[in-house]
Amino acid sequence: MNLLFPGALALCALASLLAALPPARMRSALAGTVLAGAGATALAAGVAAMTGRTWSAWLPDLLPLAGVRLELDALGGLFTAVTGGVTAAAAIYSIGYARHAPRTAQILVPLFAAALLLVPAAASVSTFLLLWELMAIASLLLVLADHRARPAVRSAGVWYAVLTHLGLVAILGGLAAFAAAAGGESFAELRRADVNEATAIGVFLATFAGFASKAGIVPLHVWLPRAHPEAPSHVSALMSAAMVNMGIYGIVRVGLDLLGGGPRWWWLVVLAAGALSALHGILQAAVASDLKRLLGHSTTENMGLVLIGVGAAGFFEASGERALAALALAAALLHVINHSAFKTLLFLAAGSVLHGTGTRDLDALGGLRERMPVTTAVFALGALCASALPPGNAFVSEWLMLQSLIRSLPDGGVSAAVVMPLAVAAVALTAGLSAATFVKALGTGFLARPRSAEAERAHEAPPSMLAGMALAGAACAALALGPTLVLPGVADVTGQVLPGRGPATDGAYLRAAASSLSPVLIAAALAVTAAALLAVLRALAMRRARRAARLWDCGAGPMTARMEYTATSFAEPLQRVFDDVLAPESDVEVTHVKESAYLVDRVRFQAAVPDRIEHRLYAPAIALADRLGRASRGLANGSVHRYVGYGFAAFAVTLIVLAVTG
Amino acid sequence: MIGAAAQVVLIGVGSPFLVGLMRQVRARLEGRAGAGIAQPMRDLRKLLRKEPIAPHGTGWPFRAAPLVLAATALVVAAVGPFATTDSPLDPAADLFAVTALLALGTVALALGGLDTGTAFGGMGASREMTVMALVEPTILLAAFALSIRVGSTNLGQIAASVAEDPLSVISPVSLLAAVALIIVTMAETGRIPVDNPSTHLELTMIHEAMVLEYAGPDLALIEWASAMRLTVLLGLFAGLFTPWGITLALPLALAVFAVKVAVLGALLAAAEVFMAKLRLFRVPELLAGSFLLALLAVAASFFLERA
Repeated sequence: MNLLFPGALALCALASLLAALPPARMRSALAGTVLAGAGATALAAGVAAMTGRTWSAWLPDLLPLAGVRLELDALGGLFTAVTGGVTAAAAIYSIGYARHAPRTAQILVPLFAAALLLVPAAASVSTFLLLWELMAIASLLLVLADHRARPAVRSAGVWYAVLTHLGLVAILGGLAAFAAAAGGESFAELRRADVNEATAIGVFLATFAGFASKAGIVPLHVWLPRAHPEAPSHVSALMSAAMVNMGIYGIVRVGLDLLGGGPRWWWLVVLAAGALSALHGILQAAVASDLKRLLGHSTTENMGLVLIGVGAAGFFEASGERALAALALAAALLHVINHSAFKTLLFLAAGSVLHGTGTRDLDALGGLRERMPVTTAVFALGALCASALPPGNAFVSEWLMLQSLIRSLPDGGVSAAVVMPLAVAAVALTAGLSAATFVKALGTGFLARPRSAEAERAHEAPPSMLAGMALAGAACAALALGPTLVLPGVADVTGQVLPGRGPATDGAYLRAAASSLSPVLIAAALAVTAAALLAVLRALAMRRARRAARLWDCGAGPMTARMEYTATSFAEPLQRVFDDVLAPESDVEVTHVKESAYLVDRVRFQAAVPDRIEHRLYAPAIALADRLGRASRGLANGSVHRYVGYGFAAFAVTLIVLAVTG
Repeated sequence: MIGAAAQVVLIGVGSPFLVGLMRQVRARLEGRAGAGIAQPMRDLRKLLRKEPIAPHGTGWPFRAAPLVLAATALVVAAVGPFATTDSPLDPAADLFAVTALLALGTVALALGGLDTGTAFGGMGASREMTVMALVEPTILLAAFALSIRVGSTNLGQIAASVAEDPLSVISPVSLLAAVALIIVTMAETGRIPVDNPSTHLELTMIHEAMVLEYAGPDLALIEWASAMRLTVLLGLFAGLFTPWGITLALPLALAVFAVKVAVLGALLAAAEVFMAKLRLFRVPELLAGSFLLALLAVAASFFLERA
């Protein structure tokens, strides 16, 4: 019996109590420490579940009618382990970061973590939906934590609340129909059930839409770049590195595990949505100048990459290529783990910047290298990992994903020959753009000279925040250098999830692929070469110490910080290249001197890159809903007679419908 | 092991001469006498004797960038299928790894340029990253097109398979991929029509604007690494499309490799004489074109060449 998992949940509850009861100055330290313990325990529980020591519980009395059914299997264990790791880092970080946070927010963080840990352990439809909603509500309240300070938080909260509940409705509808067709609501019954094709299609599409909205997949991503940046940074890390994963978990669980695969076109839909999200996310990130918003867009990008892998896995599975499917799914799950590690690190570092400067506008930052050396170093590590360059960890998982995409199928048909090259192109383009994006974030945000008084006054974060970041950084480094430590576990999970469900004998491709690339070797070769070069240079050319000198800068005399390239100007060429896709808006307003129209008094220039999908899809929909709402006011004019008439009409229609159908 | 070491030495020593050769070819075609093919080597020697400088306001990214750039170029020189496919670093001889290593060098240099906090440093870095964001996917796609036939992305295996069956190069896939690779090689190494390596106006620079603040040994390292990157990319082109000689004995293979790269370099230089540099914002159109060609190559390989 694996008691680690209930232990982790109990520690979460304890952390929540400790955030509520003790005096204010001890709260964050106590709650943070205990929550970190909970995270570490959950990590252990998840790893144990992945290695076969599963955990299950059946609590019939906890909920009326349905009861609560929990089971932590290998797939759930993987997601629980990831959440546990993220929680541990975020909790340590929150000791310093959330010292002055309102008490409600401090109480909610452990509850949110507990909900995140429980979602992958749910084993029946009702339990799953309940926990899902618990997770959504807890995160919504946390997003709204700073609503008094910044008005933008409220609008973000509304967007998030609406989209997450539309998603819930879709999932609820899909799973309810599935349970009705299967004649039982536990996942074991659903797995055994043989539902007809039309129901299966409906269930898949509805749940896919719901889960995709949680994972921030285009076109349901609009809430993500608003809500994630507005939450406190350790909550942003939990949301962006752990909560979005639940969307992926849902798609894998329902699509591959419960529904047992399906026709190829399902997975082509998934793959297309993933590719679109990856490109859209990274393009928006490339032109974003708000540090946390940039990271939010990058989350959309990475979830898109994961879905490319999941879609490819489903496609190969439906084509009868189980070995390839295992490779693609393993790559996708590995990318989930990697993304969680570096996104935690990046969001925590962004929070430390916010803490030290009070701003997250890249155009106003700069010069943090001297003022916040540790934060700069860990952000550099995270940026390296996020931009798919060796020796980073995303490099490994994207490489595995490309390995699975380029193996052509013996009878892949035309669809594979058309789709796979496009998917490869999407992954490749994303890799290139993400490098540019993170060079921008690191280069303009942290290096160079400060561009504002706030950045000038920046100070390094307190030790507990640095410790949280160091933990996430260590995880990144370990995953980057030793992916072989986690790959066997991930391979076992894929073996159990894929519908053939045989023993994991078909890791042949995975083993071959994993052995043909050695991240350690690349890192070691780079380090040895650089060290040798340095030694040779020291011996031959640099025997003298470096002489301090003024920047040459074309001899033009000292330039002010206002003359530096900012994040916006850095991204301008890219914005110009993707002009047709991004559709940026700019506005020039010239005010003339009163006496003469030839003399200019003031020029105002405004430029923005609005999210085009939001612009074209959501604005009209919201306008329509608004119009309908106004129009429906005419139905309720205050006349009692009319209301009685409505009641009677509804009653009559119901009777007629019953008479006809019954 | 010896083969890989010999490759590194040849590329390390020979690459400045390749640059010299290309300049000399240009000079002769333009009716100038030229400075001789050893001039870049003399430049390097002179730069190395100068005093190292630490400009005000720069930090570790600025200092580490030349080292990272040179280290990535050397590692790629060691693993590529240039004169031998038998590299002790075989698990790193992967296409994606090699492309990403080259990109890592570019990224390091861009960060070094940004770290100076000067307008030109930022400008160069921004332009270089824009070009790289389009070049990296194109290299990946073009080379993937070639790897589908082999069923592996290991460079050594791809080269060995072409060496076994030289006629397999003549296929729509290879031709499309070759054209795409030529264009990105020109872009990645900063040649005309993408960038002009000998320009004197900072506003039109890409690569040179980024390294304006480097001097002395640092600049020497960057110049040397840039020459190696040019050699490595031309060598990769030669290795993927004309790997003849790779199976010969090592000294012979090295000689064949040197000749191939010299010929490719001379052809590139000769072609440059007849071209003008593109406007900066026309460059992405060129790169998008090559990306499309590479995509077509991958699609064609899915239809034509099932492994």
